[in-house]
Amino acid sequence: MTLIAFIGILMAGGLLAWIIARWNETLSRWIALTVVLIDLMWSVAILVSRRPDFSGTDWLIRFDYPWIGRFGIGISVAADGLSLVLLILTFFLGAVSVVVSWREIRDRVGFFHFNLLWVLAGIAGVFVVIDLFLFYFFWEVMLIPMYFLIGTWGHENRRYAAVKFFIFTQASGLMMLLSILGLYFIHGINTGTYTFDYFELLTATVGTTAGRWLMLGFLAAFIVKLPVVPFHSWLPDAHSQAPTAGSVILAGLLLKTGAYGILRFVLPLFPDASRELASIAMTLGVAGILYGALLAYGQTDFKRLVAYTSVSHMGFVMLGIFSFNELAFQGVVMQLVAHGLSTGALFVIAGALYERIHTRDLSLMGGFWTGTPFIGFITLVFVMASLGLPGLANFIAEFLILNGAWQASHALTVAGAMGLILAMAYSLRIMRKIFFGPASDMASRMSDLTLREKVVLVPMTLLVIFLGLFPQHVFNASEKTVKDILGVVMRSQADAIQNANENP
Amino acid sequence: MNAVQYLWLVPLLPLLGAVLLIVAGRNMSKPIIASIGAGSVGLSALTVIVIGVAFLSNPDVYEISVWQWIAVGNLTPSIELHLDALSLMFIFVITFVGFLIHLYSVEFMGEDSGYARFFACLNLFVCSMLLLVLAGNLVLLYLGWEGVGLCSYLLIGFWYEDPKNGYAARKAFIITRVGDTAMLIGLFLLFATFNSLDIETILSAAPSRWEQGSSIATVAALLLLGGAAGKSAQLPLQNWLPDAMAGPTPVSALIHAATMVTAGVYLIARMNVLFELSPVAMTTVGVVGAVTLLIAGFSAMTQTDLKRVLAYSTISQIGYMFLALGVGAWSAAIFHFFTHAFFKALLFLGAGAIIEALHHEHNIFRMGGLRKQLPIVFITFLAGAASLAALPLVTSGFYSKDMILWYAWAGEKGSGLLFIAGLVGALVTALYTTRLVIVTFFGYANTRVSKRPGWRMTMPLGVLAALSVVVGFLEVPHNFWHAQLISGFLGGVLPAAVIDSGIEAYEWALQLLAAVVTLGGIFIGYFVYMATPGLHELVKKKFPTLHQLMYDGWGFDALYTLLFVKPVTWLARASRGDVIDGIYTGIAWVAIAANRAIATTQNGVMRWYVLGIVVGALLIITLGILV
Amino acid sequence: MNAIPIEYGLILAGILFMLGMVSVLIRRNIIFMLISVEIMLNAAGLAFIVAGSKWTQADGQIMFIFILTMAAAEVSVGLALILQIYHQLKTLDTDAANRMKG
Repeated sequence: MTLIAFIGILMAGGLLAWIIARWNETLSRWIALTVVLIDLMWSVAILVSRRPDFSGTDWLIRFDYPWIGRFGIGISVAADGLSLVLLILTFFLGAVSVVVSWREIRDRVGFFHFNLLWVLAGIAGVFVVIDLFLFYFFWEVMLIPMYFLIGTWGHENRRYAAVKFFIFTQASGLMMLLSILGLYFIHGINTGTYTFDYFELLTATVGTTAGRWLMLGFLAAFIVKLPVVPFHSWLPDAHSQAPTAGSVILAGLLLKTGAYGILRFVLPLFPDASRELASIAMTLGVAGILYGALLAYGQTDFKRLVAYTSVSHMGFVMLGIFSFNELAFQGVVMQLVAHGLSTGALFVIAGALYERIHTRDLSLMGGFWTGTPFIGFITLVFVMASLGLPGLANFIAEFLILNGAWQASHALTVAGAMGLILAMAYSLRIMRKIFFGPASDMASRMSDLTLREKVVLVPMTLLVIFLGLFPQHVFNASEKTVKDILGVVMRSQADAIQNANENP
Repeated sequence: MNAVQYLWLVPLLPLLGAVLLIVAGRNMSKPIIASIGAGSVGLSALTVIVIGVAFLSNPDVYEISVWQWIAVGNLTPSIELHLDALSLMFIFVITFVGFLIHLYSVEFMGEDSGYARFFACLNLFVCSMLLLVLAGNLVLLYLGWEGVGLCSYLLIGFWYEDPKNGYAARKAFIITRVGDTAMLIGLFLLFATFNSLDIETILSAAPSRWEQGSSIATVAALLLLGGAAGKSAQLPLQNWLPDAMAGPTPVSALIHAATMVTAGVYLIARMNVLFELSPVAMTTVGVVGAVTLLIAGFSAMTQTDLKRVLAYSTISQIGYMFLALGVGAWSAAIFHFFTHAFFKALLFLGAGAIIEALHHEHNIFRMGGLRKQLPIVFITFLAGAASLAALPLVTSGFYSKDMILWYAWAGEKGSGLLFIAGLVGALVTALYTTRLVIVTFFGYANTRVSKRPGWRMTMPLGVLAALSVVVGFLEVPHNFWHAQLISGFLGGVLPAAVIDSGIEAYEWALQLLAAVVTLGGIFIGYFVYMATPGLHELVKKKFPTLHQLMYDGWGFDALYTLLFVKPVTWLARASRGDVIDGIYTGIAWVAIAANRAIATTQNGVMRWYVLGIVVGALLIITLGILV
Repeated sequence: MNAIPIEYGLILAGILFMLGMVSVLIRRNIIFMLISVEIMLNAAGLAFIVAGSKWTQADGQIMFIFILTMAAAEVSVGLALILQIYHQLKTLDTDAANRMKG
């Protein structure tokens, strides 16, 4: 019930915020903030209280309720360590988004918060739902309010960006729907029980060819969301045109649903097909690392630059997932959290700069350190995080991913590691263009962080340092999930080897 | 347990200082900032001395685990400090020289607006460097390794308003990152083999896992060498160091002379077992060192910027250390690091005092005659320069360099070529050092001295000057006197150098040769720059291309710009608009074009539509009749 | 009474239908076009009647009543639209009302 409550509170809060905004916009903001904070504290409390149980055999929280029994659709939600970590990230960044919009969003405040909270509800739903029909439902819930967020409160080119975002994610989402239905019917025909239940479908036996196609359908939705080069091109537009809160949620959370989907659905449902695809997927991941980094280096729009760094960092996720070992998997989990924090924070900073100087063009900035050392310092921390400085969370992630990937492919690991050098180049470029160099005309318009911005950025800074020094808190939570998923893949590999030995 | 259990205080104190200064530095008065900045490192140095005394009474290997950092699968690095003779020597130099330089900076940076920022970075640097040398596993070592890189970046670009400084800072960070990435891949390789990144575990398991001379050991060692070469400014990643002189002079002294740049030496010495397993890697280390010491030495001869001369000489001296490592003279390398830390820090601090006194004048040819105007600086600088030039018998530089030369010749892994390179290097070193001293301190005073250093600047100079003479006597050659404290001290950690049998008898001859070469270099310097005025200009005009090549550091900058920087920036610029996005734009364009084409049929004239219906109906009827 | 051959009735209906169709195609005046459509409807009705009498079934006549009803409704809506068009465009030329082109 807890998990339903998480989502229900967000949805109800969204509606309430929308209605209340007719009379009082500030109250609407406070409602949104309260709702997200309740969820945040609740989820943290669960994490803290359930900590010893992570190694248990069952899911931490589970709730099943038959909904449309005829078609085998149930309201089934469950959370394990991985879901819980991602839920906390969702609510944390959700709270951040509400606070950063406090002054930025001035028109249609109620509708804004409605969309914001419903996106969060969709994301939270995606992270906990274990009924494929509901999964698709939440996948859409996440998409449509996001479309409005970009299209309504975005920057100058918002329509284009919103439509592009919508087409990419919707088209790929429909392929997933096809695959879900395909799986549903194949399983139904084989066993006679038609169900969308995740655990039931895990036992489905799907032929090799059918498995490949079904996996591609699922994968399509996830790698577009992640995104993997060459399906990334909606991302720079959406990220750079969205309002700050939208960018934070897009980069910090929406991309994570892609990775989560691959880990939760693609690998366990189709271990054989996934293994076959591994080398291609890893190559695409490396291509993403390098291509994203190269493009990030060439950008002049700050938000666009950060958007391309996301492409690069998500390349690591792809590389790690398809390396199939514990180090890489844990690295991926860490990368999801760390990237959410660091890129989210960079977008918050971009928003703060935009609020002051009304431009995102890097070539107009420069020399801001003198007047605003506080922003400078915070930016430095997150820039260092994004280039993978040890001691910060992103390093742990990239180190584990590359270390794990080394065991799968030496050449790809070396190529991926080249991305670290490029990351250095684009990251330092951010510092140089904005904070160093002679003071530009814009410098006089800069003022340092307000209390509201500090309330957002200081905890993010502390978290990214904390996770860099004590990453084990995350690893403990996700250990069981990671080992289970890995177990499925390893079993499939063992079977394949056995089959090959028996029928040479 | 004894005092060693408080080892964690050593890196913690500077870290606390840094955190305090970052959080509240802007609201503090300068004296408070100075006392936090210098005080934290001073306390840390005191702790090191206490620990050192305890260690000497009971030398052993101490492991202090603070907390479990990561535990994923087999990868279980913790935040653990590892103290043995080697790391003790390093932390002594880091905290002690570090403290002196902090003290010097209190006055040197006195009028700078970024006072708190400066000390915060410097403290953070000391902390990272201490972690680097105290790390018990390679992941923590890498943390320190990158941490010092960050501080180096921040401090080179300390005066951030000048884009040139920023360029130098980025150059340093990125070039060292190239090496670091190689090292990181080396770590993956080590982990894949040993299932651990604990240094002790790897070193004890390596000889049984890898055969002597196996190619995988060579690859691992070479990858680590890549990291070491980047950090220590060795070929082919040496060209960032001269530009790094854009930072404040105390930074050059601490980071780019005494400590950070010797991290590579530390890494190789620490992983000595691995390198011993691979003769190829050892030879590579030696050759890299020899070539670097030569090219950097020659470049130093032509520089006109006081700090750049010293920068090239640092590259060259670290080349000596690599040479020593390459011939298996581990203790000799560490000994040279030890003496070099003192005299090079001294030279930089002296240079800082000079530059400050002359309104930020860097060109040595616009100096001159400073002997009388800055007597304390002159005397201390002279002590440092003598040590750098390895003036026989009285300076520490002589003893450490002589030890390296001796092993380069007599060591089992040594060779005549390496020895000759070292010897030529010695000549060149003596020559450029003499040139530096003469041009700066003798002759006419070209610029007036505006400001004389106070006690907080001269005191470190004096202490370092005394040390750069005295520490040499800790380790004198066998045939002089029985005092091999350094190699004895390090004996438990680093293997002793093996020398060819029957060669000891020639040690006297070699020492004599080295002394003669040094004195020859000094004499040539004296002859060219003092006795015959105008001669050096003549030489310069005679070989303009060669001079220019040496002045530019042998064109590595231009080469790398051509090979790496230009292609990458070109690619980045060419693909700025995202080529792949072009495909999607293409698809969208086709859809729009198709839409346009079909939309023309909807022209709004009703009769056309009716005609369409009629024709369609006729077609269907015809089809119905025909089929 | 001699029955009129069914062909005659159908040919008449065909001629009427062609007349109506051709005038829809060539007329520009929207009122004439409406009238032409009515002619085509009546042609179709005639065909129904003829066919109904041929098969001696009442269905043809029922269909014709349907067509009549529909034609009446169509004319009233059509005339209302024509009035609106005339108010808007001050002309009855259909080519002027081509604003919905793609």
